[in-house]
Amino acid sequence: MDSKFLSIKNLHVKTGEKEILKGLNLEVNKGEIHVIMGPNGAGKSTLANVLMGNPKYEITEGEISFLGNRLNDLKVNERAKLGIFMSFQYPEEIPGVTVENFLRSAKMAVEDKPIKLMQFKKVLKEKMELLNMKEEYASRYLNEGFSGGEKKKSEILQLLILNPKLAILDETDSGLDVDAVKIVAKGVEQYKTEENAIIIITHHRNILDYLKPDYVHFLIDGKIVKSGDESLIEIVERDGFTALKN
Amino acid sequence: MDVERKTYVEELDRSIYDIKNEFRYSYKAEKGLTPEIVKDISRRKNEPKWMTEFRLKSLEIYNKLEVPVWGPNLDDLDIDNIVTYVKPNTDMKYSWEDVPEDIKDTFVRLGIPEAEHKSLAGVGAQYDSEVVYHNLKGYLAKQGVIYVDMETAVKEYSDIIRRYFMTVVPPSDHKFIALHGAVWSGGSFVYVPKGVKVDIPLQSYFRSNAPGAGQFEHTLIIVEEGAFLHFIEGCSAPKYSVNNLHAGCVELIVKEGARLRYSTIENWSKNMYNLNTKRAIVEKNGTIEWVSGSFGSKVSMLYPMSILKGEGARAEFTGITFAGKGQYLDTGAKVVHAAPYTTSNINTKSISKDGGVAVYRGSLNIAPNAHHSKATVSCESLMLDNKSRSDTIPVLDIKNDEVDIGHEAKIGRISEEAIFYLMSRGISEEEARAMIVRGFVEPIAKELPLEYAVEMNNLINLELEGTIG
Repeated sequence: MDSKFLSIKNLHVKTGEKEILKGLNLEVNKGEIHVIMGPNGAGKSTLANVLMGNPKYEITEGEISFLGNRLNDLKVNERAKLGIFMSFQYPEEIPGVTVENFLRSAKMAVEDKPIKLMQFKKVLKEKMELLNMKEEYASRYLNEGFSGGEKKKSEILQLLILNPKLAILDETDSGLDVDAVKIVAKGVEQYKTEENAIIIITHHRNILDYLKPDYVHFLIDGKIVKSGDESLIEIVERDGFTALKN
Repeated sequence: MDVERKTYVEELDRSIYDIKNEFRYSYKAEKGLTPEIVKDISRRKNEPKWMTEFRLKSLEIYNKLEVPVWGPNLDDLDIDNIVTYVKPNTDMKYSWEDVPEDIKDTFVRLGIPEAEHKSLAGVGAQYDSEVVYHNLKGYLAKQGVIYVDMETAVKEYSDIIRRYFMTVVPPSDHKFIALHGAVWSGGSFVYVPKGVKVDIPLQSYFRSNAPGAGQFEHTLIIVEEGAFLHFIEGCSAPKYSVNNLHAGCVELIVKEGARLRYSTIENWSKNMYNLNTKRAIVEKNGTIEWVSGSFGSKVSMLYPMSILKGEGARAEFTGITFAGKGQYLDTGAKVVHAAPYTTSNINTKSISKDGGVAVYRGSLNIAPNAHHSKATVSCESLMLDNKSRSDTIPVLDIKNDEVDIGHEAKIGRISEEAIFYLMSRGISEEEARAMIVRGFVEPIAKELPLEYAVEMNNLINLELEGTIG
């Protein structure tokens, strides 16, 4: 068993009858920021969902290991407890469950110990201020009636509260205006330490104005076809994805 | 004062209902419900003649009416042997040992004190409610509030009972209410005088003592002009009865400018046919607020009705129904707008799981003269698996054009994506489902008296335990 931080080997994934990931390899070490880019339908969101354990996707071949644990067979909540977090592209609305109650339940579930209400309220307030979220969001129902931007901020708030070891940001910057991207990036920056890692899945380079990636990967047709540093992005922007095939 | 002392129900049973031998005799001779049986019930209660006659008239109606066929299947009710459902409890070999294990277990898991278990199951000791009740009675009496059991009311307040008894819900309405008229027993009478605001909720829980009180109980509440009352019916812990037919009746009279809030959680044992009739008449600028939770029984047919009789009268109905395995809960609300500027607001939620059926059945009638009336109906159903069923059967009958009507019905299942989302934050699948269900009922839970809301949460947790793999 690989005891690296995150190691994905020869990953094949299908949903329904359709194969989406076709032998994907990726290694992430702690302290690193990885960016995954690629055209629509290449399998970027699938990768995020498979890491988190979405039952819609089936691993047909390959291995995912995280801190010495084989992820393939672990339940979604077990992965969360190991320290994996995914910021959803389209977070679900959960009527009747307030942001605060939900986050406290989640925090207690992840850490497997009770957390005092007052202590939690204080931390929550602090993180919300950082994200320019009004206090009243804590008592609103989770994501219900939230605008696109509010939903993304709510995801980053969850990231800051749960403080996982690996954060996978699935299109967290899409659909946001410049100011919102800045706030989200600030939140992510706040989260980042030498002890954790981030995988950013994105279409745009906007967020990369604020977060400096260590590696950039291009995912095309279910495989990572090219990895390198930030300079790869410029090549793609100039010559398109086809330039990578050379 | 000896607070711990218990009153034994068996004694009460005997004093009022010791008709064992006669009963066996008539049971053998006659399968149906006879005038003799009905007269005997009346005689045992020392009732005035008018009530005996009322019972006999109701029996006649009962014998003429057919069992309703438009709702849940009632074939398992042995109508030809209806007398077996009417037999008083003392007739039964009935002990704590006979109470089904699942009910005993639920008491324990709900954290209800042991002393209370037996009383809730209808056997053995009565809960120490007498003391509480007497204190309450003194406090209310000073304000002129009357709060007595129905048997006492018939004797002590004969005039007022005679004037109102089964005028809101006449025995001719349907077969089971006619049966109720013939054999009713127990229940409460509450009278709140003009302008009096009763600042604590009255709970019928403290008043259940008559035998069969949980079976054919009659509740009559009159709230006079400008007065206020919150009445809480029953108890959320499951009630067990060997007699598995419940045909109670609730009549509420809300006078001008008065407000009555009527909260119930019904959690009958799962062998019960709960065929209950509840109705309110609301006069000018009066308000009726129903809060209704249906959790137990095998079959329920329950559609509390509000008749908005005076201009500006209002009705609010908030209901929650939870149907599990083997349950068919056909519940809803009816409103008749019979005057101008009347308002009604119906808000219901239902949950079905494990093959349970939850049906919303409601009706909204707007009379030709009820101009400028407003009505909204919102019913949402959540099915927890593919075996369960939910339906909505709303009937709208609008006879005036100058009205504002809103209707919304939603039936859904818990989305797997929502479960995935919550689990991705470390929450187990079981807890994620419970969280979604609790969230679904949250707007209703807010309306419930606090201890009911807490117990409803416990019930949901109990119901959801073990539903995963």
